[in-house]
Amino acid sequence: MLLSIQDLKVAFRMGKVQGQMQRALAVKGVSFDIPENSTVALVGESGSGKSVTAMSILNLLPDNAEREGKILFQGKDLLKTSLPELQGIRGRDIACVFQDPMTSLNPVFTVADQIMEPLMKHMGMSRRQALTRAEELLNEVGIPEPKRRLSSYPHEMSGGQQQRVMIAVALACSPKLLIADEPTTALDVTIQRQVMELMARLKDTHKMSMLFISHDLGVVGEISDQVVVMRHGEIREKAPVAEIFHNPQDAYTKALLACRPSLTENPARLMVIDDHIAGRTVHEGAGKAKDPDAPVILEARGLKKSFFFKQGLFGKKEFQAVKDVNFKLRKGYTLGVVGESGSGKTTMGLTLLRLHEPSGGEVLFEGKDLLKMGPTDWQKMRRRIQVVFQNPYASLNPRFTIGQTLVEPMEIHGIGASHQERLATASALLKKVGLDDSALNKYPHEFSGGQRQRIAIARCLTLNPEVLVLDESVSALDVSVQAQVLNLLKDLQDEFGLSYIFISHDLAVVKFISDEVLVMQNGDVVEQSETQSLLAAPKQEYTRRLLGAVPRGYQGGHAVAAAA
Amino acid sequence: MSAVLSTPNSAVGSQRSQGVWAASWRRLRTNKLGMFCMAIVAFFLVLVALSGSGLVAKDWQKEVGVPNAQPNFMGPAPAEATGVIAQPKGPNVDLSDIDPLAPKYKEWDERAKAYKTEATVKAETLPFGADRLGRDVLSKAVKGAEVSILVGVLAAVVATLIGTVLGAVSGFFGGKVGDFLEWVYNVFNAIPYILLVFAFAAIFGRGVLSVVLILGLTGWTGIYRLIRAEFMKHSVREYVRSAEAIGASRMSRMFKHILPNVSHVALVQLSLHVVSFIKSEVILSYLGLGVGVDQVSWGTMLSESQSELILGYWWQLVAVTGFMAVFVTAFALFTDALRDALDPKLRGLE
Repeated sequence: MLLSIQDLKVAFRMGKVQGQMQRALAVKGVSFDIPENSTVALVGESGSGKSVTAMSILNLLPDNAEREGKILFQGKDLLKTSLPELQGIRGRDIACVFQDPMTSLNPVFTVADQIMEPLMKHMGMSRRQALTRAEELLNEVGIPEPKRRLSSYPHEMSGGQQQRVMIAVALACSPKLLIADEPTTALDVTIQRQVMELMARLKDTHKMSMLFISHDLGVVGEISDQVVVMRHGEIREKAPVAEIFHNPQDAYTKALLACRPSLTENPARLMVIDDHIAGRTVHEGAGKAKDPDAPVILEARGLKKSFFFKQGLFGKKEFQAVKDVNFKLRKGYTLGVVGESGSGKTTMGLTLLRLHEPSGGEVLFEGKDLLKMGPTDWQKMRRRIQVVFQNPYASLNPRFTIGQTLVEPMEIHGIGASHQERLATASALLKKVGLDDSALNKYPHEFSGGQRQRIAIARCLTLNPEVLVLDESVSALDVSVQAQVLNLLKDLQDEFGLSYIFISHDLAVVKFISDEVLVMQNGDVVEQSETQSLLAAPKQEYTRRLLGAVPRGYQGGHAVAAAA
Repeated sequence: MSAVLSTPNSAVGSQRSQGVWAASWRRLRTNKLGMFCMAIVAFFLVLVALSGSGLVAKDWQKEVGVPNAQPNFMGPAPAEATGVIAQPKGPNVDLSDIDPLAPKYKEWDERAKAYKTEATVKAETLPFGADRLGRDVLSKAVKGAEVSILVGVLAAVVATLIGTVLGAVSGFFGGKVGDFLEWVYNVFNAIPYILLVFAFAAIFGRGVLSVVLILGLTGWTGIYRLIRAEFMKHSVREYVRSAEAIGASRMSRMFKHILPNVSHVALVQLSLHVVSFIKSEVILSYLGLGVGVDQVSWGTMLSESQSELILGYWWQLVAVTGFMAVFVTAFALFTDALRDALDPKLRGLE
């Protein structure tokens, strides 16, 4: 057994209240083993304690953490080793890859410096030897022109390349165990696929073990041998991957599997964890049929957006973020917009709302051009077209109570006669999105991500909009919470006849909610068709690649290993 | 904030809710040093209020002691050897014959009786000594605290107001407006500070209000830069974008949405500038450009004590530096604690 965690408890000191030290127990007695040459996945929602468990192996926790139990690495208890000894293990025997490659690489050092550091420190290599080895490593993680890339800085590389460099740094000393903390979460689906394939291949060639942390069972199913499901700091289930997918024992595991939208099934609603655990079955059926003759509410013609960069003293360089986008959105319908990051999908959404001033084209809202409206007309029109942003932590003003947040738009547009009336509307809308009145006096930081996103939706609804632009609105949420929000969006659409422009990089989610899909690449619309036909018969190579990259969970035998 | 809290039907969930300010106050209360310094600062502010209303140190201008009276704990100064010129020993010479004023002496004595003369007993020692006119150093220091602290706080408020408004406008709008304000900022920053202060002093003349204006008008540049940077950062944040999407006006976005989120920067800058402006007032008064001659501030006291120190009268210097050091240190440490408490580390509460 390479690593054995026995009854690990981690608590955080939260400061004294009336002389009593307050402790928050993040991990409540966790035990599992990582055998040699295998991949163990830790799965759970945010707050389940999975990262804390992994970080306590090398004691990379903040100072206020207290660890208890046993972590045996090749028979040695890591909880009792001294700091210098632990530093000898870090990087050499156990290496880490973190979630966000943009922040885990040091921006002021070249790639070569960062790969050479562990080589010279742990392996006692000379500069020249280390440089040669660094080049080999870059080649191994699949970076083109490794010799030239050695002298580049992190910001000159794309996210996927940065994550490859992180993996190269981790692999530098041929560790026995690689801890990967959500290594693909910050990446696009296509890049995620490449990084997963790389990690699976490297695990085999280097004969190492991997502790893979993720919230996404789809990813985990493709890469791991053993799966440990955690919730609220406890282990709910641990089993080989095939068993987790084919014969899950724990209700929570079953719920996690059920709530993820997939490319193959076609439910009207998604399962929600609480429903599943309570044994409620979701009302099956195709959902409310949509009116095929519904009027077109929003139409874009030749929409363009360019950004200009200064070049030289007087020159300007044009960057076309959105080139010639055309679409029609019917009342009550959803238009999905998919693409990798940098494809211009978010810019397109914000341009519709004139949060970016467009460079050309027309946006017709019931026949009137939004882009040519004067300030007064546009202010009136704002009510009817609203936006929900990606990050629920950033999109609510942290210094406003929820009540203030919800009342403000009504005040601006003069909806409701008095403050009391507006407050009543606000509380009715909160109920609609599944929160109660007690939320009115609270501040955003008191809510979880999913709750905040629902508050953001409620704020839009205060204005009775007809079109909602949802800009990656569920991408930052856990799968289970994502399911709740998606269900809510569907319900609201049925109830109010809202039209959505749903921007996402996740095809599975887009498929669940959209009637029509727009595939964007480098500012161009490469494919546009009805959802079912697009998924059944994608015409473009790019669309096929996006579809192929969606993680599908355990497929019997290792899909990734087979592909690699 | 109060609008929502005051409505009766929504008071249900108000117990659990903790505002951002309440949370900051709770964090501040756990900082013992910060609370201690806050007590000292509060004590000084009370002192300023009392001396302003004339309850203490009203008679600071009265010559209550002998010139340069020593502090109590040192005891009275030894009597100076005054008998340098020897007393003439011979008999008194009658000068009345040749004294042209002799006939008037009687009349003058009569007239003098109409007035009551009171020979005040000048104290030999005072609690912390006296200056060269025999004024109580302690009352002077208290009165000086009133002027200095008032100048420091008012000037800091003026500077913060200017800096915040200009910084908000420049950071939020950018473009031509931002360029213009940057130009103004650069012009202000290009002139040596003391020279700029002198230029303003030449225009405004002496007096407390002038000092406030001088310091306020020259000291806003640092705050402007910080607030501008914060506004640039926040104006592209999603919460401001969503406020724009619901149709909030520019003013509302700037001052209702962004300002409360950057107010901790302004507040901390305000308190830091109080400290530095107190020191600047001292410099100004020391150079003779500060408060009027009939007023006293820590700066004028320091300037006086320079000449006294040569004669060995050290107490005025010690008194004023003691007052200043305690207040400035306490205020600076309190500011530090305030910054720690106000910085919205709300992530920890999630």
